Amino acid sequence: MRLYRALLHLYPASFRVEYGTEMEAIFERRRRGASSAGRLGLWVQTIGDIVATAAAVHLDILRQDVRYGVRALRRTPSFSLTAIAVAAIGIGANTAVFSVTDFVLLRPLPFRDPDRLVKIWERTPGYPRLELSPENYRDWKRLSNSFSSMGALWTIASNLSTPGTDPERVTGAAITWDLLPTLGVSPRMGRGFTEADDRENAAGTIILSDALWRSLFGGEPDIVGRTITLDDTRYQIVGVMPPDFAFPSRQVEFWRPIQLSVNDKDRTNTYLTVVGRLEPGVTLSDAGAELNGIAGRLAVQFPDQDKQLAATIMPMRDDVPKQSRFLVLVLSGAALCVLLIVCANLANLLITRAAGRRKEIAVRAAIGAGRERIVRQLATESAMLAIAGGVLGVALAYVALPMLATLAPVTLPTAGEPTVDARVLVAAAVLTAFTAFAFGVLPALRLGREADAAGLREGARGGGRRERLRSTLVVAELVASIVLLVGTGLLLQALWQVSRVDPGFQPDHVLTLRTTLPWPKYAPTEKRAAFYESVLGRIRALPGVSAAGYISGLPFVVRGALWSVSLHGQPQGLADSRSVSLRYVTPGFFTTLAIPIRRGRDVSDTDTQKSPFVAVVSESFARREWPGQDPIGQRFTVAFFERTIVGVVQDVRMRGLESEGEPQVYIPYRQITDGWMSTYAPKDLAIKLSVPPGQIVPAIRQIVKDIDPGEPVSDVRMLGDIVAQETAPREGQLRVLGAFAFIAALLAAIGIHGLLAFGVSQRVQEFGVRIAIGARPSQVAGLVFRQGVRLALLGLVIGVACAYAAARALAALLAGVSPADPLTFGAVIALVGVLTVIGSLLPAWRALRVDPITALRAEY
Amino acid sequence: MNSDIAKLLPLPPATFHILVALADDDRHGYAIMQDVAERTGGTLKLSAGTLYRSIQRMLEQGLISEVRQRPASKDDDERRRYYRITAFGTAVAKADAQRLFDMLKLARARGLAPEGR
Repeated sequence: MRLYRALLHLYPASFRVEYGTEMEAIFERRRRGASSAGRLGLWVQTIGDIVATAAAVHLDILRQDVRYGVRALRRTPSFSLTAIAVAAIGIGANTAVFSVTDFVLLRPLPFRDPDRLVKIWERTPGYPRLELSPENYRDWKRLSNSFSSMGALWTIASNLSTPGTDPERVTGAAITWDLLPTLGVSPRMGRGFTEADDRENAAGTIILSDALWRSLFGGEPDIVGRTITLDDTRYQIVGVMPPDFAFPSRQVEFWRPIQLSVNDKDRTNTYLTVVGRLEPGVTLSDAGAELNGIAGRLAVQFPDQDKQLAATIMPMRDDVPKQSRFLVLVLSGAALCVLLIVCANLANLLITRAAGRRKEIAVRAAIGAGRERIVRQLATESAMLAIAGGVLGVALAYVALPMLATLAPVTLPTAGEPTVDARVLVAAAVLTAFTAFAFGVLPALRLGREADAAGLREGARGGGRRERLRSTLVVAELVASIVLLVGTGLLLQALWQVSRVDPGFQPDHVLTLRTTLPWPKYAPTEKRAAFYESVLGRIRALPGVSAAGYISGLPFVVRGALWSVSLHGQPQGLADSRSVSLRYVTPGFFTTLAIPIRRGRDVSDTDTQKSPFVAVVSESFARREWPGQDPIGQRFTVAFFERTIVGVVQDVRMRGLESEGEPQVYIPYRQITDGWMSTYAPKDLAIKLSVPPGQIVPAIRQIVKDIDPGEPVSDVRMLGDIVAQETAPREGQLRVLGAFAFIAALLAAIGIHGLLAFGVSQRVQEFGVRIAIGARPSQVAGLVFRQGVRLALLGLVIGVACAYAAARALAALLAGVSPADPLTFGAVIALVGVLTVIGSLLPAWRALRVDPITALRAEY
Repeated sequence: MNSDIAKLLPLPPATFHILVALADDDRHGYAIMQDVAERTGGTLKLSAGTLYRSIQRMLEQGLISEVRQRPASKDDDERRRYYRITAFGTAVAKADAQRLFDMLKLARARGLAPEGR
């Protein structure tokens, strides 16, 4: 019988209490009447019966509660709509942020068994993640047993020529033949690469991305076997990848075999991105230990080139830019803050409403509704509100997502963008359930408990405990909104700070574009020089152009391009601390960007391979290497040759606004050996304009076309836009956080107002008595006002402490702004103060207008 | 027909049989089960779960009421509650019976059911 009684617990308590004993008696009677074989059947039958009817009884109650709830919520439409809107804001914000978080950090990558894919780097002191050199890659691959396969790639860009159209610059990847099998992906048509394709000097083969296939061939089905021309070389198309394949990033439009040279024994030339697939059963740390062992052996074997070599290995899913990861986490934190405020606010709304329904509930309890039924009824109502809010919230998220989607980095190996899909909807459902529980069930439980105590007693009033709970909730809202406001304020300051930074050049009215000269056609230095001279000569002659110059990599566009220098008479090898940002430039580049020449001269067309090798350096380089001396005439070695300093220019922030970067060394464009250093050949053209760019770009394109019809003009943009791009992520992030903070502050103010207004309505009689026995109305209003101020002060004290803690965690994003920035904290304290006053004024005013006669009459 | 009645039709079989069981006398739960089984010759055996779920709904719908005053009987049991059909319950039961009768007439007209007396 114990089992039977336990089974009865499947029914709602009200049903069990009502009919349990009788059901038990019936069962007992039947059991006694049955044979032992019949008993088994009876049990089976009974269990089935109870499970089925218990579900039905629950459904009956739910249906009833929903009907009742709809009626109750309809009676108070302003309450219902407010609650739904507030829930929608909280759920919508979190849903939208989750879809970005999921996209950036959580969602499995679109490859086979993505959990087993890892990225592998070389590690040397000071450089935790270096790409691999081909020789080290071959050794690591050959000597390790932890991987079922391993592949490598590097990103390339090529000039794509199609007959009849202007040439185009496209990004692609040179990959080892086993990379696609390592990822577990195969082309949607045609085939992948074979080992033979990847052998040095094998005929050129290529696989196109779905997008390139569509744009070049309009999605024609029979293109395998046809050829396309990249950098004047013909490649046979062997396959087309599926549309969702985007590796290593979304920008890549083609893949071709890397054809690593077996004779390339230079272990310091590190440029390969390496992907491995772990053998089943091998853990990440096993594989890391094995690679470190191999690296250690290589370091002993090749002490010159592999000194202190070690390995870094991490799951491919975790290879997300640090800033993006941090940004997403900050956003998630902010969205959670908003959700907590929303729940606190809703809980308060609901408690307020429940207090107004005390008599209704007491009546229901009196006519026999058990506590469980009342709690269920209230919980159903809050669940209905939460679900309505959830549906609206998902719609909000859908609308808001495009704004957030720009915050996701484009370097992820996934096609597409964050969307509201099934995963996100599940998250929204969980959030809705959480919200319903947080704001509905707890107040309902409290109220249910009170329903037993005689709420019917005339004039029964909310006890001190409930008042305290409500106050706590309001203080929590204040704290969370202060945290968000302070975070927003600090990031705003940081944005100002960053946008005030002097990049070292004048970006205004400077047009930039790229003409990458293909190898081997332009391998001879003088052939390139001829191109630059004719292009620059004709462009400078255009009306509206005041200056023009080429550089191997514009600041903010090419951030790296580091080379180590050694000083005359000093041994090489101290290189690590001696790196500089190396650029090849034409005359006129400094003028175009208004980079002041502090001493000496600009590079010149007469600095050739036959004249002495010279260099122009930045002030910081001169200061670092020859402190207190005249740098002009000093000699140092960089890029294979010793060079003499002929000029000193102002520093430029090559790495972007937020980093000082390395000192800069500029070398005349002609002083580069034929066929060497192809990536350092000048390709970025900067032109100072005095007319709108739209008028002049066609002329420039025509000039390039006249000089070399096969040469594409790409990346046409204003330097000012490139600089603005630097702060764009911060602006995007700030917009979102600012919106959250605004919502939070608004909700907190509504929360304070709601609490005080409710307090006043509950205490009208008390105020009436106070006034009747001689208190001035202003004293009564002061009472209300002081309550608001007390709450605000408490919220401020806790909030400021929490905000400071949060700000310290944010330090990485603050660009040097102190986490305790007094201006920000001052402004937030003032703002919250003002909001509190506004929120308290109305209730205080209402208290002021309490008419003692009416108030007292209402009671009796 | 009264719209309150129409809303409840057609009655679930269990509900109809409980109403029929209570038509002549107040009964407790177990007695209802027995009566239904007897009248249907054992073809319909209400389970305890179905019985009490139906009773709960019928109480809410006002088809039956609980009788506080139990009839004095020798096999009365302290634990038992007695139920009585209400006037509304009688009306609903009649309406459903009429509905069934009308359907039967239609079926007979086409030879789908045996002729009655």
